[in-house]
This record gives sequence, C-alpha cells and structure tokens, in this order.
Amino acid sequence: LRLFYRYRDLAPQLVPLDYTKEPDVKLPYELIGSMPELKDNPFRQRIAEVFSEDGEGNMSLDDFLDMFSVLSEMAPRDLKAYYAFKIYDFNNDDFLCKSDLEKTLSKLTRGELSEDEVKMVCEKVMDEADMDNDGRLSLEDFQHMIVRAPDFLSTFHIRI
Amino acid sequence: AKNGIIVLKRPLGTSSDSNSDSDEEEDSMSEGEMARLMEEVEEKKKLIATIRNKPWRMKRRLVLLREAQQFVDKFEGALGKGKGRKWYAYKVMMTKKWIKFQRDFENFRTACIPWERKIKEVESHFGSSVASYFIFLRWMYGMNLVLFGLTFGLVVMPEVLMGLPYGSIPRKTVPRAEQDTAQDYSVLMDFNGYCKYSVLFYGYYNNQRTIGLLKFRLPLAYLMVGLGTFGYSLMLVIRTMAKNADVGGGDGDEGEFTFAWKMFTSWDYLIGNAETADNKYASITTSFKESIVDEQENQKDENIHLRRFLRVLANFLITCSLGGSGYLIYFVVKRSQEFANRDDLSWYEKNELELIMSLLGLVCPPLFETIAELEDYHPRIALKWQLGRIFALFLGNLYTFLFALFDEVNTKLEEEGSIKNASIWAMKEYYANFSLPVNDSDATPPPMDPGDVILGPCWETAVGIEFVKLTVSDIQVTYLTILIGDFARAVIVRFLNYCWCWDLEAGFPSYGEFDISGNVLGLVFNQGMIWMGAFYAPGLVGINVLRLLSSMYYQCWAVMATNVPHERVFKASKSNNFYMGLLLLVLFLSLLPVVYTIMSLPPSFDCGPFSGKEKMFDVIMETIDLDLPAFMGTLFSYAANPGLIIPAVLLMVLAIYYLNSTSEAYQNANMELKKKMQMVSKRICGVPSDEDFNQEEPKKQHRQHQPGDEGPGGPAAQSLPGPARPAGAWLVSSRASCRCGTPETGTDQPPALSLWSEQRNPRSLKENRPRPEAEPPGRVLTCRKT
Repeated sequence: LRLFYRYRDLAPQLVPLDYTKEPDVKLPYELIGSMPELKDNPFRQRIAEVFSEDGEGNMSLDDFLDMFSVLSEMAPRDLKAYYAFKIYDFNNDDFLCKSDLEKTLSKLTRGELSEDEVKMVCEKVMDEADMDNDGRLSLEDFQHMIVRAPDFLSTFHIRI
Repeated sequence: AKNGIIVLKRPLGTSSDSNSDSDEEEDSMSEGEMARLMEEVEEKKKLIATIRNKPWRMKRRLVLLREAQQFVDKFEGALGKGKGRKWYAYKVMMTKKWIKFQRDFENFRTACIPWERKIKEVESHFGSSVASYFIFLRWMYGMNLVLFGLTFGLVVMPEVLMGLPYGSIPRKTVPRAEQDTAQDYSVLMDFNGYCKYSVLFYGYYNNQRTIGLLKFRLPLAYLMVGLGTFGYSLMLVIRTMAKNADVGGGDGDEGEFTFAWKMFTSWDYLIGNAETADNKYASITTSFKESIVDEQENQKDENIHLRRFLRVLANFLITCSLGGSGYLIYFVVKRSQEFANRDDLSWYEKNELELIMSLLGLVCPPLFETIAELEDYHPRIALKWQLGRIFALFLGNLYTFLFALFDEVNTKLEEEGSIKNASIWAMKEYYANFSLPVNDSDATPPPMDPGDVILGPCWETAVGIEFVKLTVSDIQVTYLTILIGDFARAVIVRFLNYCWCWDLEAGFPSYGEFDISGNVLGLVFNQGMIWMGAFYAPGLVGINVLRLLSSMYYQCWAVMATNVPHERVFKASKSNNFYMGLLLLVLFLSLLPVVYTIMSLPPSFDCGPFSGKEKMFDVIMETIDLDLPAFMGTLFSYAANPGLIIPAVLLMVLAIYYLNSTSEAYQNANMELKKKMQMVSKRICGVPSDEDFNQEEPKKQHRQHQPGDEGPGGPAAQSLPGPARPAGAWLVSSRASCRCGTPETGTDQPPALSLWSEQRNPRSLKENRPRPEAEPPGRVLTCRKT
C-alpha cells in the first residue's frame, strides 16, 4: 500500500485512487527516474526499461510493483540474478556481449577510465565469467558467476 | 513490495470461501478422478506458494494466481468424502483464516520495527557497510530489552512490590556512619550511599524464601534469571549466526571472479544521495585502477628477509604494548584497593581505574595501526590482524581487571569472618545494655536500629559497583570521543578553513570517517561487561538499555552531521558472522567468571538473596527438597550421579565428532562437484582422458539444469552452437543445447588424443586457443585433430 502511495505521489493528477476498474495508467520515464531512490543510480534508465511493458521506461502500477519487489530484500537470489542480467543487457539480445560490458563500465566509472583500461577490464570479465567460450555471457554464465558473489544480495537492493 | 502485492491480491483476487453446494457433483466422481483432482489441486497450491519467485510479469502472475485460486476453491471443498466433507471444508476454511492471520501479523511486525527510516537515511548516505553497524546496534537493543524485561519483571518488581521496604532490615539501610553523606552527589556518582542500598545492586535483596501473598520465591528467581540471561543470549546469538550463514551463500574462491564481481556488484543500489554517489563513482574507478595495476604488475618480493624481519619486529612491539597495558591495569587496580582505605580522594583517584581502561581502549588501536604499517600486508589481511589485536587488547584488559577484582573479593571474604564475629558481639552487647534499665525481664527488647547493625563487606555489591562504574565511564568516554573527535573536529575544519593556510577539508585533518570496526568491537565488549555484571547488579541491564537507546540517536546524528563517506570500498559482507562469532566468544568468556562464583564462592552472610547459604546454588537444592514432589528429588539425585553424567558427556563428545566428520565429508563432496563443473565448463570439447570420460557423463546432464526454466529457459533453449571447436563424440551425445557441438556431428569421429590434466591453469588454456567469433547457426562442426 505504501508503494501505491509512492507511485501516486509521482503524478497525483494522473493516477486515480480507485484501482478496481483497472485503469490503464502509465507514468512516463522522467517521473520514475526522478524518484529519490533512483535518481543517483547510473542504471536507472535500464531498470525502468526492463520493468516496463513497452520497453521505453513508462511504467504502470504493476510494473512499478514488480520493480520494487524484485529489488527488495525478500526477493530470492535467482530472481534478482535474472533481472540483473536483463538490466545489464543494453542491446536486449539476451547476451552480455563486449559492448554491453563496455557500456556498463562506462556508466559505473562515468568515463574516468582510459580506452585501454576499459578494454582490459572487459576482456578480463569475459575471461572470468564466460563458461562456454563463445565471447559473450549468457544467462547461465551470468547466474553462475553472480550467485557466488558475496555482496550481490546486499547491493542489488533498494529499500523503500 | 510485499505490502503492495498483498493489497493488490485483495481487491483483485477472488478468494471466496469453499462452496459446499457442489455436493451433488462429487457423488459421481470415481476414485481415480478424485486422486487426479487432488493432485491438480496440490499443484495449483504449490504454484500459488511459489508464484512470487517466478520472474514473470506482474499481469501474468496475477492472472495465473486468480485462475489457480479459483480452481482450488472450486474443487477443494469437493475433495472431502461423505460425512467428512463438512469437517474438511471447515478445516480448509480455518487454514485459510490462519494463513491470513499470519500474513497480517507479519505485516504488523514489519511495520513495528523501529528506526527503519533513520537507518535508510544513513544507508543512502554512507552505503550498506556503515548501516550494518546500526542494524547491529538495533539488534543488540532488542536483545537487551528482552533481558531487561526478564530481570525487571521477575526480580526487581517482586522485591519492590512485595519485599520489605527500605530501612527495615540492616541490609537495606545505609549504615549510620554513612548517613550524613549518603545523599551527596559525589557519593551517589560513585554508586555509594543511597545507590548502594537500592534495588540496583545485589545486596539489597532479601533472602526470605518466599515473599508476599503469591509466595514468590525470590532467591530462586534471582538465580534462574541470572542463568536464563546467558541461556537466552546464547540461543539468540546462535540463531542469528545460523541465519547469516544461510544467506551468505557458498564461499567461492576469492580470486575467481574479481573483475566480474567488481563490475556487476560494486554499485550499491541503496545510495540515494548525490554526494555519496560521487564518492562511489570515484571509489569504483579507483578500485578498478588498482585491480588493473595489480594484474599488470608481477609482484615479486624484493627483499623477503627484510619483510620478515619487519613483521617479527612489529609483532614483538605489539606484544610488548599488550603486556604493558595489562600490567598497567593490574597496577591501577592494586592502587585503587589502597585508595579504598583512604577517605580523602580526588575525583581522579576515585575513577582512575575506569579512566585508564577506557583510555587504553582509545589509544592502543591507532598505535597498533601505525605499527602495522611496518608489516605491509594486503589490506584485508591487515584488517584481520588489526581486529585480532584489538580483541586481544580488550580481552587482556578485561581479564586483568577481573583477576584484580577477585583478589579484592578474597580479601573481603576474609574480612567477613572477623566482621561476622564483631557484629554478633555487638548485637549481644546491645541486648545486654538494653535489658539493664528495664526491670521487667519478660519484655522483649526492640530490635536494634538497622542503621546501627554492623554490616559485613558485601563483596557481591562491591563487584556490582565496579562493573556499573566501568560501564558508566565507558559510556562517558565514548560520547566524549564522538563529541570531540568528530564534532569538534568538523566544526574546526569547517570554520577555520576560511582563514587557514592549507585546505583543511581536503588535507589534514579533514572530516572524520565512521570507524565501523572500532565501534562494533566497543559494542561487543560493552555487552560482555553487561553480561558479567548483570548477576551482581540487576540494574545494570536497565542502564544498558538506556545507553543503547540514546546511543542510537546520538550516533545517527553524529554520523549524518560530522562524518563523510568512506573513500575506499569497504567490502564487509563476510564480517557479519565474524562479529557474531566475536559476540559468542565474549559471551562464553563472560559466562565463566559468573559460573565460577556461583559454584565455588560462598555468598556474603548478611546481604543478598543467598545470604546464609553455603553456596549459591543451594537454593536449587532447597527448592527441590521442599517444593517439588518427593520423587523428583530422588530423580535429580540420580541424575546428578557422576556415573550418569560422564557417559552423557562422552555421548555428546561422540556426537560432535560424528557431526563434524559428516560435515567434512559433505564439504569434500561439494569441492569435488565444483571441480567437476569447472572442468566441464572450462575444458574445450576435446579429448579427455579415460577417467574423465567416465566421470563426465553423469555430470553433463546436471550442469545445464538451471532454475527458472519455464520463462527464461527460452534463451537457453534456443542457444546456438558457438565457435568452431573440435567436438568430442561423447559430448555430442548428451543434451542438445550443449554449446560445444551440434546434433549432426556423428558419433563415428575418432577423438584426437591430447590429454589434459585437471590442474591445468584455465588461463593458459584460453591463451592457447584461438579466439573464435560467433558462428552462424546450423554449422556442422568438425573434429579437429590437435
């Protein structure tokens, strides 16, 4: 219920209080991206795109709930891993290829690393995680790698 | 999010109660149909239970949920047979109501957790590691609250309500000699005077077997609560440790996925503040650069002898300082014993002991850190050493303090003997003097004014006083350090910056960072002291509760107002259990002195609930003899027989050994499986040796099975065969979606013979292999002979 009020607070004039008639209301990405929990997150655009139905970042209440339930602390590890994979997959091809990794890295460091360093890091990541040696990370590779990470659960988590 | 889902279920879900008007239909159902229906219902129920875990869209989930619920409702009531039907329907309804009640209760419980907002604020500014300290503080507060409730409710309240009031018996009254100064502030601050003879301390409690109308057995309750405190704390700590170990997941090799983890898990999604985000970006960049440098450079120990010598030197210095601090404390305690005999003490001399201990706790850790620079370890290892040393320091201090205290107790015990005689003598004299003026020998003389009775030195109360003073001074020192170390520093830096030569904010001294490990250790040791002192001073737990409460608000404010986020990424995720383990250790160590005193030292003869007995646990014996039915007494006497206890202990030791060895066996099996998975995944589809061939087969099917196979199984199922690689025949015959080969490749290709050992470094393996590009689908791969 708290979530519903947060959702409504973003755009009170658009969202009705009564949801039993299942109105079809979507909040545009700009509003979502300006939420205090998300506005500093470098991946907020991707998060919104992954959870929204149209892939543009416009979210209905259902999508909103989906997003926060996955990012809450009660979501199981595998579920989070699945969604994390989708978030980091910039070109939506169900694989994390080199360009996806490069984009992730640049968003993380805000362009502070040099070309060579970026290339090196991406290569190393590919080396470490790519199990089937096809040059890109599939969901299994990603999951296999991320469920071992000790702080995945604690960082991939938004409290609301 | 959980709230949201639940709320949505209510208006949109149609959970009607099971309808019993479909009775007519069931009669026609046969047994087989019934069984099948039951299965389906079970399946739907399982779906409802696990629907949260599936990575589907919300809408799909809701639709399925509604379907499943309708189905279950329709047919569940129908499953009960014949006469049992109504009972079955009733049972089902009660189960549903129970589930709903549980859910509501969970909601209520989560809403009740205090300080959630505050912690979230700290988290978004400082990241999850600093917030973990506050979460730990909150957990401690909860535990102390329960302990306080126990002590207060079962020991303090009965004594206050139903026991004899102040001034009625000697142990409860301030002796006449001290009565003039009893109300002085300085005396009260020392916990003498009125404080000493109050419910706060052990000496106040009367040793009557039962008090009040309800015949409440106070001495028994006192002992039980004292032991129960430890038992409850033990249970709670172990339960939390088990929970933490569960969440922590498996411990993969540390160096296995460094870069991948750095990339995908270093951003803390909790951060909601621009300044912290900036810091986080900077720290991520720095950490990447560091790892790159680490990778590139070949670390060779230039001078291993020098390094070893420096390490030995550092350890030697640190042992010296540890020994020095231990001796200092011993010396100060001895001095305080001498002081106790004098009267004209300055404030410093009175509180010297506590001051010294707190100061040592303040000064030594930075000293250790500076000495540790000599050692030049990897930062994580250095942190562990540092924590270990601080732990040793505190432990040493505490135990020296205890030993000195025990010396004091022994002297008091000796003193007691002589005072006992003296007081009996004084009593006799008083009666003798009294009866003189009265000629009537039948009149009984009034009892002596309680203020005049000579009281023995109540050693338990003295010990309690020491602990309380220690705790209070610890609190004061902590608060002062925060005030001066953080707040004053921040104020100075902020305001002097305008008129100072160099940039105070960027260089020295700048704002302070929040010292997580120091604070956590302080908390842990404070708790240890509470555990030790709670038996002798029931009021101590109450003081601690107040302290934790105020500490929470104070430190939250201090952190937000005066600290800056850490510069380095602090990976503290595995340390949660480390601190719990520390707490457990401290619990055991503080249990020892208390149990020792209960078992072996005789209680004071005239104060406290056990006065007059030989040993404190005689109370239990008494209760068993007098209150419980006769057969229980004989039962206990049999149980206490050494002949029974020794076999029981042996049995437990054997059980521990057995469990240990099974867990080792499981771990080994785990390692084997892991190795196999790695071998399978990192190996090129080439030629294995014979033993690999036998081992691989059963593992292959196992490997590809991933969770979430319904929805996201899509991508995996359509996965394409990748690069051109030699395809082993045995590999092809297993699952079709194996990336190494296509189904077309026949089984008649003879595998090329190149044997690789298991220990081959995967990295060099990859370097030898040409880096392939993604192949278009459907290409027939040929086996390449190496």
